[in-house]
Amino acid sequence: MKKKKWPRIVMYVILVSYALVTLYPFLWAVLASFKPYSEIVAGGLTLWPENPTLANFEHIFTEDPLFPRWIMNSFLIATLGTIVNVIFNTMAGYSLARLRFPGRNYLFLLILAVMMVPGQILLIPNYLIMRSLGILDTYSALIIPGAINFSYIFLMRQFFINFPREVEEAAQVDGLNRFQTFWRIVFPMARASVATQAVFVFLGFWNEFLKPLLYITSPEKYTLTLGLQSFQSQNATQWNYIMAASVVSIIPIIILYIMLNKYFMQGLRIGGDK
Amino acid sequence: MGTQLEINRRTDTASQAPPPKKKKGSERDRREAVQGMTFMLPTIIILVTFTLLPIAYSLFLSFTRVNLFGGIDFQWVGFENYINAWNDDRVWTALKNTFRYALFVVPIQTAIALLMAAVLNSGIRFQNTFRTIYFLPTLTSSSALTMIFMFLFSLNGPINNVLVSLGLLDAPVNFINETDFALTTIMVMNIWSTVPFFMTIYLAGLQDIPSSLYEAASLDGANAWQKLMKITVPNLTPVTNYVLLMGIIGCFQLFDQAYIISGGTGGPNNATLTFSLIIYQYAFKTIGTMGYASALAIILTIIIFTVSMIARKLNKEESNY
Repeated sequence: MKKKKWPRIVMYVILVSYALVTLYPFLWAVLASFKPYSEIVAGGLTLWPENPTLANFEHIFTEDPLFPRWIMNSFLIATLGTIVNVIFNTMAGYSLARLRFPGRNYLFLLILAVMMVPGQILLIPNYLIMRSLGILDTYSALIIPGAINFSYIFLMRQFFINFPREVEEAAQVDGLNRFQTFWRIVFPMARASVATQAVFVFLGFWNEFLKPLLYITSPEKYTLTLGLQSFQSQNATQWNYIMAASVVSIIPIIILYIMLNKYFMQGLRIGGDK
Repeated sequence: MGTQLEINRRTDTASQAPPPKKKKGSERDRREAVQGMTFMLPTIIILVTFTLLPIAYSLFLSFTRVNLFGGIDFQWVGFENYINAWNDDRVWTALKNTFRYALFVVPIQTAIALLMAAVLNSGIRFQNTFRTIYFLPTLTSSSALTMIFMFLFSLNGPINNVLVSLGLLDAPVNFINETDFALTTIMVMNIWSTVPFFMTIYLAGLQDIPSSLYEAASLDGANAWQKLMKITVPNLTPVTNYVLLMGIIGCFQLFDQAYIISGGTGGPNNATLTFSLIIYQYAFKTIGTMGYASALAIILTIIIFTVSMIARKLNKEESNY
């Protein structure tokens, strides 16, 4: 078959250009984080630092009193939040798909309905509810209301609907009860879906800005996203520090993205099919 | 329930006819129901406490004036909050900003997303490599992205340097502090960061179009343009409606970037005041206006639902063909 060559070239030009557009801001951020302040204020179009330095990173880790703390907070909240989500969402998805109980279908419809409710309507009442529960300004304020995720309950339900029944029956013949079957057999077999929801839930907790802003008031309890914002408002034009802090906040996600790329891509496909 | 079981048991023993399996079955059903509800318990507790109750609470709050002094004190004010919203200039400014923002951002991001999805789907190599790169902005937190863009658009930043050296600007502009440019900076950033997500949705839509349609068109002698207009575009209409809907909803929910760029004020001169930002300000920054903020949140929800319903209706008419 004859195929014209130039459309192919045009395609690649578009792809590469858009890749450059995507990478350009990141490249500036990363390289600025290695520049001394003098090079930042000098402006200029030299992307590459003339006198590369690690001083910016040193500053944010040793001289800023709270920055390391914020990293730890974010790790703690995102990790705990992910663990509870994975457990609760998977249990709920399994229950909705496999276990018959009165009201199950209504509950499922209710979950589908609340998926459409915009988050803004919940912010003020949740603030008041957490205030009366006494958990404002604690990690719990971020973890407990976010301990389940309707989209991933839905995802897990779809997964378990197609899950082979024979596996559970075999486990029951072997004398395992329902909970043992779930934990020892079903949960491990769902690990691909579990991993997919885990990376996106972690990402959600790690990147969340609005909820920490509303529910956390003590600076030493800030998450990294909120810390970054307060750091920026204190360091106004010290872009070398701000970029170093931003880069540090992105690195864990990039590592996760590279290591678990398969699950990210799978999750995106699910998102795309909606 | 207990009597029901007893009756079952009695009929079982009396007639001997139904196999013992049935009795066992009902007991198993009961156990399964208990297990099912146990597995749902954490979800039900959180769903009720942090979603269902808040929806009702929010509606209630919107008709009250809330005072937070130690405890909580509500004062029923009827529709006053809603009437005040109608007469509040800042609400109209926020709505105007949101519409301006949506009119600019939604068409551009949709067009770029469709274009990039079509290019990715054209059988090129390294598809996954490009997708991996394109997705970086979507993974990055809004706060880190806003920092990076504030730097790019800052006085000594690269954007100013490029524009000045090209002679497009006489002197560097402080984009994020200029009424005319602050919102534009957010627009550019958000187009850049949301395109990958919509691109993925379009890509899935493109891959769902049966290739037999294109083959048949080729046999009929259709060229690439005709195939695009007669097959691709009509088949993607539901996807496009979804992308537009999500795009518009995203505009109404815009908060993080506007908050960070303006330091929470919505300035300069209310240029970055978005609907979500105004709710935040009335709820948490000014005293005694939490009920009013709740009314605004209800209005926002109604707007979003209306947009969704319109989109759904359009999709239904589309699938009637």
